[in-house]
Formats: sequence, structure tokens, C-alpha cells
Amino acid sequence: MTLAAVLEPWLAGPRAAELLFPLLAVPVLAALLAPLLGARGARLLALGSLLLGLALALAAAAALLAAGAPLTYALGGWAAPLGVELALDGPAALMLVLTAAVLVLVGLHAAGEFRVGAAGRRVTLAFWTLLLGVWAGLNGLYLGRDLFNLYVAIEVLTFSAVPLVCLKGGAAQLEAAFRYLLFALLGSALYLLGAGLMLGLHGTLDIGQIAAALAGGGADGSATGAVRSGSLAAVVLMSTGLLAKTALMPLHLWLPPAHGGAPAPASAVLSALVVKGSFFLLFRLWLDLVPDPGALHIGLVLGTLGAFAILLGNLMALMQARLKLLVAYSTLAQLGYLFLLFPLAAGPGGGPAATAALLQVVSHALAKAALFLLAGRVQVAFGHDRLAELGGFGRALPMTLVVIVLAGLALAGLPPSGGYLVKSLYGSAAGAEGWGWRLVLDLGGLLSAAYLARILAVAVRPAAGGTAAPHLAERPGGFGLLVPGLLALAALLLGLLPPGWFALLDVGRAEMASAAAVAGAMRGALAAGGFWSSTGPVLTVALAVVLFIAAGQSAWQRRVGALGRGLAGVEGRLREWRVAGALLLAILLAQALAVLT
Amino acid sequence: MLPDPRLADLPLVVALLALALWLIATRHDRSAIIGFTAYGLIVAIVWVRLGALDVALTEAALGGIMGLLLLMAAARLGDAPDGPPPTWPLRVLVGLLCGAVTAGLAVLVLTLPEPAPNLVAAVAEQQSATALKNPVAAVLVAFRAVDTLLESAVLALAVIGLWSVGADAAWGERPRALDSDAPDPALVLLARLLPPVGLVVGVHLFWTGADHPGGPFQAGALLAAMVALVWLARLGAPPPVRSRLTRVGLMLGPLVFLLIGLAGVVAADAYLAYPEALTKPLILLIEAAKTLSVAVALALLVAGPPALPRARP
Repeated sequence: MTLAAVLEPWLAGPRAAELLFPLLAVPVLAALLAPLLGARGARLLALGSLLLGLALALAAAAALLAAGAPLTYALGGWAAPLGVELALDGPAALMLVLTAAVLVLVGLHAAGEFRVGAAGRRVTLAFWTLLLGVWAGLNGLYLGRDLFNLYVAIEVLTFSAVPLVCLKGGAAQLEAAFRYLLFALLGSALYLLGAGLMLGLHGTLDIGQIAAALAGGGADGSATGAVRSGSLAAVVLMSTGLLAKTALMPLHLWLPPAHGGAPAPASAVLSALVVKGSFFLLFRLWLDLVPDPGALHIGLVLGTLGAFAILLGNLMALMQARLKLLVAYSTLAQLGYLFLLFPLAAGPGGGPAATAALLQVVSHALAKAALFLLAGRVQVAFGHDRLAELGGFGRALPMTLVVIVLAGLALAGLPPSGGYLVKSLYGSAAGAEGWGWRLVLDLGGLLSAAYLARILAVAVRPAAGGTAAPHLAERPGGFGLLVPGLLALAALLLGLLPPGWFALLDVGRAEMASAAAVAGAMRGALAAGGFWSSTGPVLTVALAVVLFIAAGQSAWQRRVGALGRGLAGVEGRLREWRVAGALLLAILLAQALAVLT
Repeated sequence: MLPDPRLADLPLVVALLALALWLIATRHDRSAIIGFTAYGLIVAIVWVRLGALDVALTEAALGGIMGLLLLMAAARLGDAPDGPPPTWPLRVLVGLLCGAVTAGLAVLVLTLPEPAPNLVAAVAEQQSATALKNPVAAVLVAFRAVDTLLESAVLALAVIGLWSVGADAAWGERPRALDSDAPDPALVLLARLLPPVGLVVGVHLFWTGADHPGGPFQAGALLAAMVALVWLARLGAPPPVRSRLTRVGLMLGPLVFLLIGLAGVVAADAYLAYPEALTKPLILLIEAAKTLSVAVALALLVAGPPALPRARP
């Protein structure tokens, strides 16, 4: 028998659903075994099981496509509501494959830095064990459909992600990790409160069963008004907790120090994947659990926060003094794009919005992982990442600069990048009435181009002290560009994938029609007219920023600088505990008003 | 005789509310912690009154450890200087927001359906398949086994995370957060008298958990408290983090659970299912390993990250 014949029952047959539990069990098993093997063994075990996990994720995606309908598996043979079920649909399969792929690539990139000989036993053992823990938590979030099971998955994720922040062990990193821990636990508590209320209202925690009961198709007939409003309030509690964990501005007090202070590969994983885990659960709650969310005003609340994040995050990125913090603030802005899903999916032509949000997850994960790894490369090469002292770094590390620009162009949304697909699909979902959202999308793209241009201007201007390039503390090997280059190219060329591949997203959600939407968005994107209309403004802004920085200090430039400092002051206030706490409560109440009126 | 038997619970309710307000209002760490520990004890009594003995046991066992941990942390940190007090507009705003959220939650709780839809009947019906007479144990080890498995993995990962904040030079050393130069003689006496009793009660809680309230989490928490007491009195010391035996003890519970769960797909036609003939022994094995790992994990969490010995003058 050939290998294909042996695997047949799993890949295209009756046993396909048996692939689901191993996707959770392999990372958990590896995370439990890693500390027993010691630091050296943990590294090899993590790399090996990540490769196995990638194969499993691809197999699950293939099995899902072959089945053409969501796969579900009742653990222990106990069906919901008594037992816990795992389920795989198109979006979950996409996230599984993306997560495994990014973790494998980041893992290979980090294999040289995080080994006993280079980083010591403590960091090596902790990094690889916790990386496996992050992977286990994320896979649990994608496969789960039981609200409490999902809570446990979030806890696995949080408790693995927080120590990654302070692996370097400095006082600032410890404080950042502690901030992250406290705010994430606050989010967990809110989520758990909502999940508990849901159990008291429905006697089940299964998302599908609750959704059916709310839609009136439950076994005991339709839900009463009180149960319905109670359920919406419970979703609002869970949603608020998840917003805190996703660091949607203005609930972002923990993210810049955490993502800016962690070692570069850890930052890459935290920024590319970890914050998307809680977003994915928000996606499930508002789109799958709540019946007809378009009839509520929730989209307006979440979309407004998203627009705020896009604008403020990008402006703050433009002003950061350190490269890694610039990349961290860019993450805050890019997270904002995810939340435009909620208002746009509710509109009349909202079909493509869900596709756009999922593609934004993919595109940002690839581009941001690349950018964080490159920022780490710059930091290692010069011993710091202060932009003011990095003048001319592009002359010392030309290829690094090229890859930074490639990843940045994908974030700014140039065709055929993932960012372009996102903007184009959101734009068509917004339609003519949604001009406000389209304006935010365009402004966001231009601001991303602006901070990319700022990096470029720093990279090519003469170094301080009249030399052509700053002093290299350590020349990094060219091999270290392989993974960031692959990630950046994948983000930049996402739109060139055969549109038929995007049909994976639609399994179980036929209303998304992703393949047709992507084909439509790419049609004409690379023709002269279409290409210029999306590229021209970006290039113009980039040129203006380069000229602005090159021109030196004039009176009006100082005025712009003063405006920027004012804005930075306001943003600093938002990151105070008291203000962030008050904002959390205000956002909770705003969501409650939006769903209950 | 009271006109309504529910009035007997009135002192509990008043004490709970008073303590909750005290916790928010107090400005001193120590008094907040003592208040919090007392709050936990009253919550445990409330659980007893509600008939949830399993929850009460967990609350009491974990609440005790938490209080101890917090007191030690507060003693080490000293009184942290307060930042500038919040401005009046912010205070009023926060008060209004908190009031609105509390009122909303109160309305929500009052409109919950009565009696709440629940799975008690379904659990009772299927419980015989698990060979367990305690419905809580049946939920934890059979119906919702995956959650219990992941929770015990979280505990183990939390220990690795805690260890990772130690200094590089101290890696492989033993945790020293509980070390004191001269433990109180009363504490030493307590640490000699209590652990034998605690050990018996802990093993009993584990053993009885199959049919009565109790189980690995409660038993593990109690055993961890006994171990921590011995360490505090310096009658013993935490093992160094390089010790493979300690790590095996830490990981054994979730590992055994996961491996038996994986074997279920061959032996019982589903992951995390048990073959009928072996259900009881397998569950016993899982719970024994879990009791051990919960005890090791909680004790190690109390002991802190690895540290170098303090220089002696």
C-alpha cells in the first residue's frame, strides 16, 4: 500500500475529524516533555514537533476541503452540552496553518540565537517550552466551540505568552510583563463572568447550541426577551475582556512595552499571532454566536475603536524614537483594521468583510513577524535600536533595509500584497455609503507609508559624526535574512495566489464567497491604471516624508514637532492604569448600550 | 426559630459585602490581604451553604495558600509609596462608571431564569458510565476531561514561566523565596505537628473524591500547603530546579492524563474516552498522578524562582 492509500481515511474519508485532537495534543505533549529533556532537548523537540504540527495542520486543511463541510469531534465520545466538542471550519483551518507556518519559520530563525551555547540554559528552556505553550493555546482557541474550553485555551496562551516578554530579564521587561499579566487577567475575569452567565441562561456552553437557542431554533423553542438580552450582555462582558487582551486602542497600555521589550523572535510571535488569538474569539462571538449582529449597533462601537486605533497607532508609530517601538505601534494600528470587520460585515454588501478581516490577520502576521525579526537584526548589529543614532544603517546593511521595505510595502497595502486585498475587499464591503470607513482605510495606508519612509530616510542619511554608516557592533550573517525575506515576500505576493485557494476560508461559511471576492479584487489591480491609483498616493506621501526629514530644522517643522509631542502626551495619559481602567468600563457600557437599545 | 430559614444567612451576606467594601477602600497592603483571606473563608462557607462542597474545599485550600503568599510578598515589598491621588473629575467618573456596571450586573443576575437551565439531570443519567459517584468528579475527569487536562498543563507551564524570571547565574539552583534566617519557634512546632495530619487528610480527600466531595485539586492544594509549611520552618528545602525528579513530578499528572487520553482513540473509539473494563483503574491512575503534580506545582509556585544563596556576613 502506498502512503496516500494508508492516509486516505484521514485525509478524505470517515476519520478526518480524528485529526482535530492531535492538533491540540501534540503541542501540549511537547510542552510537557520539553522541561524533562532539559534545555538542549527542548529546543530540538520544539523544532521537531512544530514541523509535525505544520504537517498536521496542512492535513487538516486538506481533509476539510475534501469534506466540504465543517468537521466536528466529540471528545471522549460525549456530545455537547454534556461533553466538549472540537470543530474545524474554513477560518479555523486558515489560522491553524498560518500559526504553524509562522511558528516554524520563527523557530528556524531563532534556532541559532536560542540555544544553550548562545543564550544559556534558562532562556533556552523557557523560550522553547513557552513557544510550545503559545502554540497549544492558539490551536485550542481555533478548534474550540465551548465557551469554557475556550477560556482554558486563553489561559494556556496568556500564561505562556507573558513570560516570553521578560526573557531578557531587565527591570523594564519585568515591569512590562507584569503589566501584561495584570491586564490580561482582568480580561480573563470579564470573559469568565460572561461565560458563567451564559451557562446560567442556556444550560450549555456550546457556541452552536447557544446560537441556535437565540435564533429561535432551540429544542425548547425560541428564547424569551429576558434570556436574549441577558445573553447579549454576557457577550458584551466576554467581548470587553477579549478587547483588553487584543490591546485594541485605547486599551493598549500593556502592548508597546511588552512587544517592544521582548526578544525579537518572541515579539514576532506575540505581535503576529498571540493578539490574533483573542481577536479570533471575538470573530466567533459576534459573527457565530450572536444572531443577526447587523441589527445591533455593536459594529459602530467596535468599528469606531478600530478607526481610532488605525489613526492614532499610525501617528504614534511615526513619532517613536526606537525602531522596535515603532513596529509595536504599527501593530496597534494594524489591529484596528481587524475591527472594521464589525461595521462593514453588517452593511448590505458586507460579504467580503469577513474575508478581508481574515486576510488582514494573515497579511499582518507575515509582514509583522518579518519586521520584528529585522528590527532584532538591526538591534544586534548596532547594539541598540535608537533611530536617532542609526543614521545611514542602510549603507551598512543594505539587504536588511530592502527586506524592511518589502515588508513595509505589504503593510502599506501596495498591490499585489495582502494589505492591498484587505483594503480592496473592505472598500467593496463599505460601498458608496461607507465613505467614512474607506477614508480611514486610505489614511491608514498613507500613514503606514509615512513611517516606512521615515525608516528609509534614516537608513540613507549620513551617520552622525560625518561617517557614511554607524559603527557595527556585530556583523550579522546573511543567513538570518532568509526567514524575514520569505515572510515579507509571502505578505507582499499574497494576492498572486490562485484565487481558488481562498475557497478554504468558505468551508462552513459559504456566504463569504472568498474565492470570487479575491479574484474580483485582483482583477485590474496590476493593470497600469489600477496600479497607479493605489500606488501613486503612497509614493507621494513617502517622498514628502523623505523630503521633510532631509530638509532639516525650519520653523514650521518645529511646529509639526510640537503638535506631535502634544499628541504623544495624550497617548501617554491613555496608558496610565487609572485612565485605562476607566476606559475599559466605558467601553463595556458603550457596547452594552449598543446591543440593548 | 427564625421566621424564614434564609435569614440565618444574613450575617454571612452582610460580612461578605462589608469585607468587599473594606477591600476596595483600604489603603494598606497588609490589611487588604487579611481582609481578602477572611473574604475567601466566608466565600467558602457560602459555598457550603449553597451545597457546593467541592467548590468550598477548593476555595478554602487555595485561599489559605493565597493569603500566605500575599502576606509574604507584602512583607518583602514594604509599603509602596502611593502615586499622586487621582483628580476629582476622574474619581467621580470612575465612581459613576463602576456604579453603572454594578447596577447592570445586578439587573442581569436578577433576570436570570429561575430555576437556571442546567445539566444536573444529564450528568446523573450518564454518570454510571464513569464508575464515579461524585458528579463533580465525573464532569472533571470524563465529560469535560479536556478542560481539566489543559488546566493542569497551565499549572505546569506557570511553574516554568515563574522559573524563567530568575537570574541567569541562579539557573539550576533551588528557589529561596521562603528562606528566612531564623524561623519562629511556634512555626517550627506547627510544621512538625501539622504535616502528618495534613498528609492523611490530603490522601483521604484524593481517595474519597471519586464518590464524595474532594478530588485531586483539593488534595493537591492541601498537600502543597503542608510542604510549604515545612519549607517555611526550614525543616526542609525546595529542590533545585535542575532536578529531573522534580520536573517529572511536575509534569506527570498532565502527561499521564494526555497519554491515556490519546490511547483512548484505539482502546475506546474516542480521544479522552476510557475502555469500559478499565474505566475505574485508569481514572484512579490519572487522579493520583494529578494530585501529585498539583501539589508539586503549587508548592513550587509558592517557593518562587531559583535564586543564589544570600551572602552571609
